[in-house]
Amino acid sequence: MTEPVLSIKDLVVEFPFRNDVFRAVNGVSFDIMPGEVVGVVGESGAGKSMTGSAVIGLIEPPGHIASGEIRLKGERIDNLPEEAKAKLRGRRIGMVFQDPLTSLNPLYTIGEQLIETIRTHLPLSEAEARQKAIDLLTEAGIPKAAERMESYPHQFSGGMRQRVVIALAIAAEPELIIADEPTSALDVSVQAQIIKVLKKLCANHGAAVMLITHDMGVIAQTADRMVVMHQGTVVETGTVGDIIRRPQEPYTIKLINSIPTIQRQAGDVTPEEAANDDGAYVQVKHLVRDFEIGGGGFLKLLPGKVEMFRAVNDVSFAIEKGKTFGLVGESGSGKSTCAKMIVGLLRPSSGQITVDGHDIWAGGAGHKERRKRVQMIFQDPYASLNPRWRVADIVAEPMRTLGIARNRTEVDHRVAELLTRVRLDPSVMRKFPHEFSGGQRQRIAIARALSSQPEFIVCDEPTSALDVSVQAQVLDLMQELQDEFGLTYLLISHNLAVVRQMSSAVGVLHNGVLVEKGPTDAIFDNPQADYTKMLLDAVPDISRVA
Amino acid sequence: MLAFIARRLFQSVIVMLAVAFIAFMVFRYVGDPVSSMLGQDSTLADHAALRERLGLNEPFYIQFFSFVGNALQGQFGISYRLQQPVSQLIMERLPATIELAFASASIALVLGVVLGIYTALRPRAFSTGVIMTASLIGVSLPTFLIGIGLIYVFAVELKVLPSFGRGEVVDLGWWRTGFLTESGLRSIILPAITLSLFQLTLIMRLVRAEMLEVLRTDYIRFAKARGLSQRAINFGHALKNTMVPVITITGLQLGSVIAFAIITETVFQWPGVGSLFVNSVAVVDVPVMAAYLVFVALVFVVINLIVDILYFIVDPRLRDGAKSGR
Repeated sequence: MTEPVLSIKDLVVEFPFRNDVFRAVNGVSFDIMPGEVVGVVGESGAGKSMTGSAVIGLIEPPGHIASGEIRLKGERIDNLPEEAKAKLRGRRIGMVFQDPLTSLNPLYTIGEQLIETIRTHLPLSEAEARQKAIDLLTEAGIPKAAERMESYPHQFSGGMRQRVVIALAIAAEPELIIADEPTSALDVSVQAQIIKVLKKLCANHGAAVMLITHDMGVIAQTADRMVVMHQGTVVETGTVGDIIRRPQEPYTIKLINSIPTIQRQAGDVTPEEAANDDGAYVQVKHLVRDFEIGGGGFLKLLPGKVEMFRAVNDVSFAIEKGKTFGLVGESGSGKSTCAKMIVGLLRPSSGQITVDGHDIWAGGAGHKERRKRVQMIFQDPYASLNPRWRVADIVAEPMRTLGIARNRTEVDHRVAELLTRVRLDPSVMRKFPHEFSGGQRQRIAIARALSSQPEFIVCDEPTSALDVSVQAQVLDLMQELQDEFGLTYLLISHNLAVVRQMSSAVGVLHNGVLVEKGPTDAIFDNPQADYTKMLLDAVPDISRVA
Repeated sequence: MLAFIARRLFQSVIVMLAVAFIAFMVFRYVGDPVSSMLGQDSTLADHAALRERLGLNEPFYIQFFSFVGNALQGQFGISYRLQQPVSQLIMERLPATIELAFASASIALVLGVVLGIYTALRPRAFSTGVIMTASLIGVSLPTFLIGIGLIYVFAVELKVLPSFGRGEVVDLGWWRTGFLTESGLRSIILPAITLSLFQLTLIMRLVRAEMLEVLRTDYIRFAKARGLSQRAINFGHALKNTMVPVITITGLQLGSVIAFAIITETVFQWPGVGSLFVNSVAVVDVPVMAAYLVFVALVFVVINLIVDILYFIVDPRLRDGAKSGR
């Protein structure tokens, strides 16, 4: 029996507060064998990132390891002095963080950062370190690595930056890589590439991987074994196939059931044949939006100097009343720009949007109709609610501005009713947004959207900031409200599984062009466009576990 | 980069024209220059003649153009009080002010940045508490009180440093410096400390706040996770990022050190531009006041321009931003 690379035993991480001690990690034990990829999965607050921080010795004070031991190749590392721990970091344990946009220092070129890291750990000359850096970048899939050494991080896309981050983590040939949500901030197609790069590099360099993620799909595709964590404790440990197909613990079963899958499931919306477009409730015709780039300032005055970027290019679709249309695309595909034009936040360069026969950009009556009938739910429930307003005021604002209800008792009555509808207790209306969890906030945002009694709601990534189990609840709620009020949804998401579950028809956006649209099943089961096929292939899905 | 600088230069010219216009309006409307120049026992004919000679009968915009034209050549007219060309007065006193500003800015920058880094890296140390408390005093005490206090302790009680003036100066032909004589150097200590104290505490608190912010960022965590040395992280990665916002505020503060050394110069009777201004205000010496206004604006415009260029050098993201016009 070989010795494990990493062995964690009864690890407890505590955060002392004034009157209380919060145990972020409570008695966690697991091993990672050489060359093995172990996925640590759990929802936010499960303590999975904290376990990773404990291993690499980067817990933010006042948090500290209260008891338990961490052994690296049999050698105890949790009680080492700070300088000795610093020597392990990078050299024997590497780490990859979630957000590639913020994990590189913006003021240094990637070459400088790589060479600095390599020379800190390995006795190489400047020129040798440079060559090694170029090799690493090439291995991580960065084209023309030698030229890109002089580039700054902001000159790379998110996926490219994450490749650089992985190259940096593996630069000194560590035995263990801790990857904390390495792909959560990336698009699906990029996500698949990054997972491949991470796996390949770690295999080439013989490093074991501790892969921390909330995304069961990523683990299913990548890991050999997995550890399910919940509220600081390990719920279940086993091989990936075992846990996904035969989960033992109730929490694991619940977690796995709440994951939407891109495969068809009983209970999904039954797609119907699209009726003819002319009678549809919402119609979007030949929508175009250009943005000016370059040649700002003085150059604007000169004719022909302004460069245009077409964010949305001739997009047309229609949504039947009471149905959900899913708009899928990666970041930069123009899906949010579409949403902004449809709710009236951004004027289209050309094209027409009608809701129930009213042109919403025609001004006058159309404008007023739009404000009443069209509402929006935003992605980030933390940023979309005014932190200094009480819930009652947030929910009541559309009523007040649109003059639906004026006197206080009537407003209060309606707010209470709305909160009940989104399954919140009406007594919460005196509270402020920060007193709620992400899922509860998104319910408040939905209550606010419903407040003007709209018929059409644009949901821009309504669940992508939420945990899987919370996501399932919010999606269920949206479904119920649709059945109850006959709402029409435009659901914008990069998450194909969510779209599959919710929509009756789907449109796929790529670089501002609608490459494919049609009934959900047709698109998912029999995609025509190459881009759609690529997108579907890239989705990490737990149902693919062999 | 060049387009960006050209644009900023153009904006600077507009700012300078606006300030010149205000200065000109002050010149024109604060009292009647003719009666203050000629005194009470002059005839109406004298008034008319002087009015004609000074061009005060010309239309408004022609007067403004000739004011701007003269200002471009460094001509701001004759001081009423001293009967000397204003430009000559300012040039005589400028070295004193600039040397004082230079000395105090050096103290403020060096100590401010060093103490700021120190307190940011040891947020819980006792010494940090002492420095932070002392800095509160520095921020809240008015300059004249500090100046008078320093004079009392070091000049009156201990008798180690002079309390006023520049001491002996060496004339280099175009510049009279106090840095080359012992008495000149001793004289600059107290005013420089007085003038720097506020800037020092401000820069220190700013550096500390920014540095604490930067130390919490992901790229610092990632730098730690890569096992870089503490020194490389703190002084390489963190400090450079800290400096980006600090440069702006510091630049503006240095501008105000040069332009508004008035109180310190008055307390220490420092023969600089600030005390010239104070003396001129007392007797409504309008040409000097107008020239001073234009001078202060010029200082700020030039410093802002330098700050913008420094930004370019420090932050690569801006270099690309300018290329795409944003």
